[in-house]
Amino acid sequence: MSELWKLTSGDLHERFTSGAASAVEIVESHLDRADQVEAKIDAILTLDRDHVLAQAKALDAKREKGEPLGMLAGIPIGIKDNICTEGIKTTAGSRILESFVPPYNAHVIDKILAADGIIFAKTNLDEFAMGSSCENSAFKVTKNPWDLTRVPGGSSGGSAAAVAAGIVPLALGTDTGGSIRQPASFCGLVGMKPTYGRVSRYGALAFASSLDQIGPISKDVAGSARLLSVIAGKDPNDGTSIDQEVPDYREALEEEMFGLTLGLPKEYMSDSLPSSIREAVDDVVLTLEALGTSVRAIDLPHTEYAVATYYVVANSEASSNLARYDGMHYGHRTKAPIKNLAESFSRTRSEGFGDEVKRRIMTGTHALSSGYYDAYYLKALKVRRKIREDFETAFEDVDAVIAPTSPVTAFKIGEKIDDPLSMYLTDILTVAVNLAGLPALSLPVGFSGEGLPIGLQIIGQPFEEELLLTLAQGYQVETDHHKKWPQIP
Amino acid sequence: MKREDVEHVAHLARIQLSEEELQTFGAQLESILGYMEKLGELNTDDVEPMPYAVDVKNAYRDNPDHSPLPRDAALKNAPQLDPEGKFFAVPKVIGEISPNQGKSGEAGS
Amino acid sequence: MSQQYEPVIGLEVHLELHLPQKMFCSCPAEFGGEPNTQVCPVCLGLPGSLPVVNREGVLATIRAGLSLGCEIATFTKFDRKNYYYPDIPKGYQISQYDLPLCRKGSLTIDVNGKSKVVGITRVHLEEDTGKLAHVDDRNESWVDLNRAGIALVEIVTEPDMHSAEEAVAYLKELKAILSYLNISDCNMEEGSLRCEPNISVRPVGTSTLGTKTEIKNLNSFKVVLQSVQHEIHRQSAALSRGEEVAQETRLWDEAGQKTVAMRGKETAQDYRYFPEPDIPPLEISKEEIETARASLPTPPKERRKALVEKGIPDYNAEIIVRSQGYADYFEACLSTYNEPHKVSNLLIGGFLQELNQRGISEEDIPIPPEHTATYCRLSEEGGIGKAARKQVLAALFDTGKDPESLVKELGVSQVEDQDEIGKMVDQVIAENEAIASQVRGGKTSAIMALVGQTMKLSKGRANPQIVQEILKKKLEG
Repeated sequence: MSELWKLTSGDLHERFTSGAASAVEIVESHLDRADQVEAKIDAILTLDRDHVLAQAKALDAKREKGEPLGMLAGIPIGIKDNICTEGIKTTAGSRILESFVPPYNAHVIDKILAADGIIFAKTNLDEFAMGSSCENSAFKVTKNPWDLTRVPGGSSGGSAAAVAAGIVPLALGTDTGGSIRQPASFCGLVGMKPTYGRVSRYGALAFASSLDQIGPISKDVAGSARLLSVIAGKDPNDGTSIDQEVPDYREALEEEMFGLTLGLPKEYMSDSLPSSIREAVDDVVLTLEALGTSVRAIDLPHTEYAVATYYVVANSEASSNLARYDGMHYGHRTKAPIKNLAESFSRTRSEGFGDEVKRRIMTGTHALSSGYYDAYYLKALKVRRKIREDFETAFEDVDAVIAPTSPVTAFKIGEKIDDPLSMYLTDILTVAVNLAGLPALSLPVGFSGEGLPIGLQIIGQPFEEELLLTLAQGYQVETDHHKKWPQIP
Repeated sequence: MKREDVEHVAHLARIQLSEEELQTFGAQLESILGYMEKLGELNTDDVEPMPYAVDVKNAYRDNPDHSPLPRDAALKNAPQLDPEGKFFAVPKVIGEISPNQGKSGEAGS
Repeated sequence: MSQQYEPVIGLEVHLELHLPQKMFCSCPAEFGGEPNTQVCPVCLGLPGSLPVVNREGVLATIRAGLSLGCEIATFTKFDRKNYYYPDIPKGYQISQYDLPLCRKGSLTIDVNGKSKVVGITRVHLEEDTGKLAHVDDRNESWVDLNRAGIALVEIVTEPDMHSAEEAVAYLKELKAILSYLNISDCNMEEGSLRCEPNISVRPVGTSTLGTKTEIKNLNSFKVVLQSVQHEIHRQSAALSRGEEVAQETRLWDEAGQKTVAMRGKETAQDYRYFPEPDIPPLEISKEEIETARASLPTPPKERRKALVEKGIPDYNAEIIVRSQGYADYFEACLSTYNEPHKVSNLLIGGFLQELNQRGISEEDIPIPPEHTATYCRLSEEGGIGKAARKQVLAALFDTGKDPESLVKELGVSQVEDQDEIGKMVDQVIAENEAIASQVRGGKTSAIMALVGQTMKLSKGRANPQIVQEILKKKLEG
C-alpha cells in the first residue's frame, strides 16, 4: 500500500506538481488511511469519497492541460466542521445544525479552492467550538491517536487527531481561547492562531466574535506557513479583517533567529506545572539559546485573571451569537406540541444544544443582563485591556514570548467532563493571547513519560507571524519530535 | 444562585430546563459565576473597556460581494415552508410582542 | 370637581432608508419584491455570515441628524439589541445604544399660529426587521426577509408635546424635512415612515411624569391624531376614576376607533445591549460632517418663505413646497416663464389635478418643465383658447409634446385674425338684430351677449378682446 499519507504537505505538493504522483493517488492513499484508522479515532464528521475523488480528478486534468497550479495543489485538507462549505453539511458538532447545508463557502474555503487545495473531510469538534477536549461534540468523541483512551484536546480536536493520525496532512481549526494550539500540543503538531484580523472569519460559525480566528494545523512548521499564506488577507466581507500585505510565509522559514530576545513569563511556569512539561520547556530554552537567542524571565501580572476574563467575554458574545439558532429559518425545530412562540424557541434550543453550550449561553446571558452588566461584562472588558497591556509592556523588552501551551498533557476521556470549571482552568495558558488579539504558534517539543506529546507556544506582537515561524522552524530543524508517528493499535 | 435567578436567565436565553437541570445547572452556574467574580478584586477605575481585539475603525463596505441567493437556496434549510415554498413558515405568532413592529402583533380586546 | 390632566407626549419615528443596498450587505434594498428573493447569507443571518457597514447609510443618517440640528458624534459604534422574534433572523438587531450617530437636536413646529420647539433626543441607525404575515386558516405565520437588514433610522423626541395636534404638527414637519433629503420616500401607508407616540398624563400643575403607554401600528396622520386624542382621554378618565394607567403597548383599533392593549403578557424586556463585535467603531471626521452639511437642501420652511417673497400667496407656496421635487419643478418652470404667481396657480390647480388623477408623484413628473411653462404662458397670453386649455393640458400629459405643436395639431389656437373674426361678428349681428339694435341704441352692456355668441360660434377659439373691439367698432361707430 502506498504510504503517500506519511508525506508532509510540502512533499505531497512537490510530488503532485512534478508529476511523481497524481492527485487521485494522493487522495486514495489518504482515503485508505482513513479507512484504516478513522473507526478508532473518530476524527471525522463528513467525508464524501466521491466528492474528494472528483476534486482530485479535476486537479489531475488541470495538471494535464499544463495550467498553473496553486500553492495547495495536491494537498488534502481537513476542515473543522464549524467552517461553512457550500453544499457540504456544516454542523458545528451540534444537533441543532445536524442537517444544515450552507449555501455558501467561508472565505477561507474559497481561498483554499482557488489555491487548488482538496477539501477532504469535515472534522469533529466540541459543539460550537466550546470545549477543550472534543467530548462536547453531539456526534462522537474523538480519541487522541497517541493514546486512544485520552482526549485529542479541543475544540479543534478532530482536525488535530486527523492530522496526527495521517488522515490529512493539513487542517483548518478555529481558535477562540486555545482551540487550535491546545489540540495541536496534545497531538504533537504545529498549530497556529493568527493575529486577530489576519484571516477572514466570514463563514466560520461565530463563537466569540472578538476572539475567534481561523488557523492552520499541520505536521510540520512549513505546512502551517503554506496554509496561512493562502488563507490570510483582507476580506471585504469581514469588517474586522485587516488590510495588510500577506507575505509568502514560507520565506520566513529561511530567516535567522540569531540575536532575538525571548521572554518566559513567570506566571506561565507555576509550581503546579508537571515536571515533564517544565523539563521540556527547559530543554527548549537550551536549544533556542544554542541557536543564538537569549531567553529571560518576564512578568505578565494579570495572568491569574485571564480565565475569568475570557469566560465572561467569550460567553457573553456567545450568548448573542448563538441566539440565531432558534429553529425559525434553519436548523432543528422542536416537533413537540407547543403553546406559543416562546416555547417553540426554548424547546428547540433545549433539544438542540448540549449541556456545555447551554451553560455558556446562560452564563453569558447573565453577564450581559440588566443589573449584572457592569460587574461582569464591562469589568471583564477592562481587565482585558490590562491583560493586553501586560503583553505590550513585555514586548518593549522581548521579541517574542515562549510558554507551555497547556498546563497538562492529554487527559483521560471523561476525566474532567463533569467539572466544567476545572476544564476551563486548563485554558489558563492560551486564553490571554486571544483576549489580546496576538498571534501564537504551538509546536511539539517532546513527550511526557507516558509518551504523550508536549507543546510549547510562541507568542508574538500583532502581525509578526513570520517571526513565530522563523523561531519554530529554527527549533524544528534541530529536533525530530514532529517526525514521529503514533502507533495506532 | 437562587432558583428564580436560574429560571430568569434560562428564560432570557430561551432554554427550557427540567427540574433536575435547574438544580445541576444552578449549582454549576453558581460555581462558574463565583469564579468570575474574582475580577472584582482588581481596581479598574481608569481603564477603558476593550470590546474589540484590534484598534480598527471605519471598516466600510467598499467591494459589495453578496448577490442575493436564489430563493431555493435561501429557503433550503428552513424547517418548514408555506405551501407555495415562498416563505419561512413559523409557529403562529399570537400576542407575542415584537419590540420593533406593532404590525407583528395582534390586538386583543 | 373634575381634575384637569395635561398630556405629555414623545414620539419615536422609524424611517426606512431607500438606498440602493441594504445596511450591512449588498442585497438590493427595494420595496416589495417576490418574498425571500432579496436575501443573502448576511441578511438571512446564516451561521458564519458577517455584517459590513454601508457608508451611504451612515451619511444619510448624518444628513437626517444635521437637518434636525443635531450634534454629530465624532466617535460612534453599533450595538446588538438581543431579543427573540421570527422576523429577526440573528436573534439580535444591530442598532446603536449609548453612542448614537446624532443627538441633541430640535424641530420648530407651528400649531395654531404659535411656534414651539420640540427637542430631538437622538437619531440613530439600525437595521430593519423582516415581515411577518399571519395566516388565518393555518396554525402558522409566514416570514419574508426581503426587508430584513434595510437601513432604518430612529428619531426620538423629548416628551415635549402636550396635545395630539402638536404631535401631528411635529410629524408633518419632520416628514417634510426628511422627504427633502431624498433618503426615503417617507410613506406612512407603506411603512417606510413609522410613528410610535408615547403618552402619559398628569394633573395640571404637577411636574412628575405619569405612567406612559406606547401606541403602535399607526399608518397615517389622521390615525396618529385620533389615537393620541383617544389615549389622552382614556388615561385621563382612568385617573379620574382613581385607576392606574398600566405601562403597556397599545394598538389603534380602526373599527372601534380606540386604542387597545396588545394581548399577551409583556414582561419587562432586557435587551442585553453590548457593542457589536463584528463591526469596528466609526470615527466621523469634521470634513465628512461639513460635506454632509453642505449637501443639505434648503429646508421646506425656508423655501416657503422665499416663494412668498416672490409674491406667491401663502397657500400656493405651502402646497408647492410640500415636496422638494415639486418646488424644484416650480423653479425650473420659472426659468422659461418668469411669472411666479401665474405658474403657482397652475401648479396647485389643473396641473396638480392631472398628476393626482394619473397617480403621478410630485417627485417624478414626466413633462419637461419648459413645456409646462410654455403651456402656462400660452394660456395666460391667449395662445390657447380658454375652452381648450384642459384639453391641451391632458394632451401634454398624454404625449409629452411641446404645447405649441399640440395647439396646432389640435387646431385649438386662438383666432386673432381681424377679418376672420369680422366675418363671424357680422354673422352674429345678423342673427341677433334685436340685441344689436339695443347696443346701437346706447345700452352698451348688452354687447357682452354678442361677445358670448361670437365666442360660441368660434368654438371658443376667438380672442375675446378682439371680438369685443370689432363689435364695438361695428355697432357703436
